[in-house]
Amino acid sequence: MANYIGQAVKRVEDRRFLTGKARYTDDIKLPGMTHAAIVRSPHAHATIDSVDTSAALAAPGVVAAYVGQDLEAAGVGGLPCGWQVDFKNGDTMKEPPHPVLAVGKVRHVGDPVAIVIAETRDQARDAAELVAVDYGVLPAAVDMVAATGDGAPLVHDDVSRNVPFDWGLGDEEATEAALAGAAHVTTLEITNQRLVTNAIEPRCAIGDYDAARDHHTLYTSSQNPHVIRLLLTAFVLGLPEHKVRVVSPDVGGGFGSKIFHYAEEVLATWCSRQIGRPVKWTAERSESFVSDAQGRDHVTTAKLGLDADGRFVGLRVSTHANMGAYLSTFSTCVPTYLYGTLLQGLYTTPAIYVDVTAVFTNTVPVDALRGAGRPEATYLLERLVDTAAHELGIDPAELRSRNFIPPFDGVEQPGYQTQVALQYDSGNYQGTLDRALEMVGYEDFRREQAAARAEGRYLGIGFSTYIEACGIAPSAVVGSLGARAGLFESAIVRVQPTGKVSVFVGSHTHGQGHETTFAQVVADHLGIPMEDVDIIHGDTDQVPFGMGTYGSRSLAVGGSAIVRSLEKVKEKGAKIAAHLLEAAEEDLEYAGGKWTVRGTDQSVGFGDVALTAYVPHNYPEGLEPGLDFTSFYDPANFTFPFGAHLCIVEVCGDTGRVTLKRFVAVDDVGNVVNPQIVDGQVHGGVCHGIGQALLEGAIYDADGQLVNGSYMDYAMPRADDLPAFELDRTVTPCPHNALGVKGAGEAGTIGATPAVVNAAVDALWHLGVRDLPMPLTPQNVWQAIQQATS
Amino acid sequence: MSSAFDYHRAASVDDAVAQLGRHGDAKLLAGGHSLIPSMKLRLASPGALIDIGHLGELNYVREQDGTVAIGAATTHHTIASSDLVAGQAPLLAQAAAVIGDVQVRNVGTIGGSLAHADPAADYPAAVLAAEAQIVARGPGGERVIDASDFFVDLFLTSLQADEIITEIRVPAAAAGSGACYLKFPHPASRFAVVGCAAVVATSGGTCSDVRVAFTGVANAAFRDGAVEAALSGGPASADAIAAAAAVAAQDAEVLSDAFAGAEYRRHLATVYAAKALSGAAGV
Repeated sequence: MANYIGQAVKRVEDRRFLTGKARYTDDIKLPGMTHAAIVRSPHAHATIDSVDTSAALAAPGVVAAYVGQDLEAAGVGGLPCGWQVDFKNGDTMKEPPHPVLAVGKVRHVGDPVAIVIAETRDQARDAAELVAVDYGVLPAAVDMVAATGDGAPLVHDDVSRNVPFDWGLGDEEATEAALAGAAHVTTLEITNQRLVTNAIEPRCAIGDYDAARDHHTLYTSSQNPHVIRLLLTAFVLGLPEHKVRVVSPDVGGGFGSKIFHYAEEVLATWCSRQIGRPVKWTAERSESFVSDAQGRDHVTTAKLGLDADGRFVGLRVSTHANMGAYLSTFSTCVPTYLYGTLLQGLYTTPAIYVDVTAVFTNTVPVDALRGAGRPEATYLLERLVDTAAHELGIDPAELRSRNFIPPFDGVEQPGYQTQVALQYDSGNYQGTLDRALEMVGYEDFRREQAAARAEGRYLGIGFSTYIEACGIAPSAVVGSLGARAGLFESAIVRVQPTGKVSVFVGSHTHGQGHETTFAQVVADHLGIPMEDVDIIHGDTDQVPFGMGTYGSRSLAVGGSAIVRSLEKVKEKGAKIAAHLLEAAEEDLEYAGGKWTVRGTDQSVGFGDVALTAYVPHNYPEGLEPGLDFTSFYDPANFTFPFGAHLCIVEVCGDTGRVTLKRFVAVDDVGNVVNPQIVDGQVHGGVCHGIGQALLEGAIYDADGQLVNGSYMDYAMPRADDLPAFELDRTVTPCPHNALGVKGAGEAGTIGATPAVVNAAVDALWHLGVRDLPMPLTPQNVWQAIQQATS
Repeated sequence: MSSAFDYHRAASVDDAVAQLGRHGDAKLLAGGHSLIPSMKLRLASPGALIDIGHLGELNYVREQDGTVAIGAATTHHTIASSDLVAGQAPLLAQAAAVIGDVQVRNVGTIGGSLAHADPAADYPAAVLAAEAQIVARGPGGERVIDASDFFVDLFLTSLQADEIITEIRVPAAAAGSGACYLKFPHPASRFAVVGCAAVVATSGGTCSDVRVAFTGVANAAFRDGAVEAALSGGPASADAIAAAAAVAAQDAEVLSDAFAGAEYRRHLATVYAAKALSGAAGV
């Protein structure tokens, strides 16, 4: 059936993207539309003593201005958190209000204080500068560890020590015992620095209230319009859900930052109703830096115990996780269930315990960013393994091989039950490492490294053998862990009377290429040309429901919902075909877009069956007309892609600059529908991971000001920072979904970062360098060399 | 988004000078690659822009009385790709070639960059080491400013508010003399964390006429007399260059920021002094 699946079909969406014909939210211009500018706090922590909008209201073109008290008086609720993580001792998570516009106090630079709406964007921006806010500046809690100490400023008065929850997973007693009895313990203090997500399209929201129908439309640059509608209606504005439509048209990248429900979505919707006109807000880049949720930001102590044979006996991890100033939508699950559960890695470590202390600080809220928790887990685990290898004088490839979980397919051999709650679906971990070693020419490299060292040049190789849990997630499982939503997906397959197929999916594509990948799946299952398939997404009025796109879930979960509907189409189609062919249903086979009576040349095509379904003149008795099916799919398990990334770097001893020489990535994402799209995802993901290793990092000063909040200062990876990636794949299908797919959008990011840092440490180990702080800026590396050699 | 401003398209340099006098809060617009970002961030909100970018009388590269004369509105790309500049004023060509990216080089101008006096811009080190002159025109006529008198402080030059840079004059490189500009670029902005321009004349294995200038290191670009003195008259050898480079920036008030603290930046100055001197001396 595979005319398309497995083929590098060119992306059908690229024509509009490459010719400038894509339609982003900011491209939408509605009659009578007004423009909003947001007044944001310049302080990290301050009381709001007064806000005076009178001068702004008198400015040219201004239509309205609102402050926090206006929304409070109208009964507008705060932004909700979507996942409850209670304290280890059973106390309920502390969830202070997250007002849409700050009331009484601002808690981070960029916290919205007022909104000004005018006829033009320029007028709104000019008038926003006329809003007079009296702030009473307070000391800020910035350093997350210090923020939990005595006398630290409190971000929220009723959250003592700035800790909204703590959390633990695993067997603490067994782990401590294992470490106590270990022949060797490797310890690392690791900071996983904060990143700014930096999707290329700034966020945008347009509220459009239609008084005649008492109906709201919100256009928003979101990864999950249904989730936004649910949160907006049920939790914040108290609107009837059926009176609100949320549309997310083309979206220019999300990487997590467009999952969350943001204040501006509420403001555009609410303000449009107040003034009776559409209201548009589009972020400027400077605003994105202080209003998009940021990512990572952990400080961790990690200990890995090994026995005399180099086998891992215990892993103890203790982490402070920075939440920023408020609990963003999915912020609470990221450093817990998406992090601690990944600490098994690819290894048979028999005892693992992790504890996490979540901390409020006067900084921009932190939430999911590509990988979300899994990169943090993988980074510390893979840094520990390479460090242990160096300390024990065991080759890092050999040390991994000694500790890998043996191959299992999840069918003949059962899934692998970890010490940290998950059951891996299938894996062959040694296989990806072997292939990567072969590609890199490992033994030759070690010779080259030794020769270079003799010349005073520092070459190094870094390993990262990673796993991720994606395809999120079984609803009942996540529900039992505190999720306040299900994580199923839906799809309508609507066969039109002419046999053309419209597919409505709850997944949202914002760079992933769903319009191509999904169409390949549909076309192959139905045996029809891809051109006959259209994928529709991003509109709550068209798609029944959807949890959206994140956690590398769209093909594994959304694709599975499509397959369910396709099966229903074929099942009903067979009844119609049997009737037309005057044959028994069980005597039919479906292939090549037609039903054939087995062993004969009698057949009827898909298009004829479709037409018959809508023009049911000669039709099976009792069968409903139409060929249109909706399915909801709730996965049986997460999926677990894995891989081996090897990086070779050269470190300049004079400047500390780290140059990437080679990057080899062998990933296993299960079955592959479109290898070109998967390669693209791996390229982007690896690039993202390298960005964290070498370049990126939000820097807040002691007052809570973001020091590098522009592209003049915040370095994103560019083509000339990167080598040509060398990619390959192994294929270990997922045993629990029909397509056998696992997910590819985050794998590169999860795998790449530790490979780069391990390579730089390997290059400098002989000088005495034992660890390097991310990002590996030239100064950080140079200082480490100085400290090691002086 | 910037706040509102008036726009005037100057008919000539004299017209632009007159316009500058008329508008108290006007700024000159040429390539706009420093000004427009400042305006978008509302760090600058001039009441008027006087556009001189299109003026043909400011856009040229020519040989003139033993110098290379470059019109102030000449783009970085034109300078980087000029054979005349490459041959006679190589520091300017090398600096122009590493400014920003292709788009920036196609639009940004040398006069705009010099007038802006960003402490991390590339040209300042090049014009200092090349001992160039900057020609400015104001209501009182024209004056010629030595590069060594031009850069005063952070974003501050000796230009008067009503003066316009019209030309940069670079003495033609002497025979037997080499030149080299190298920078350590910031990974985000690609501005110079440290940029070093060096000129070295070598004769019989001995260095003379050594000139070294830094950008990115201090509030304003500067000539480093200590390095120059340490190498002048000495052998054109790697050891001599390393010894001279080691004293780089020792008297400077070195900038410090999150990417490069003062200690590291001073160290980079020694590294880049050695690289640039080696390049210039062909060692």
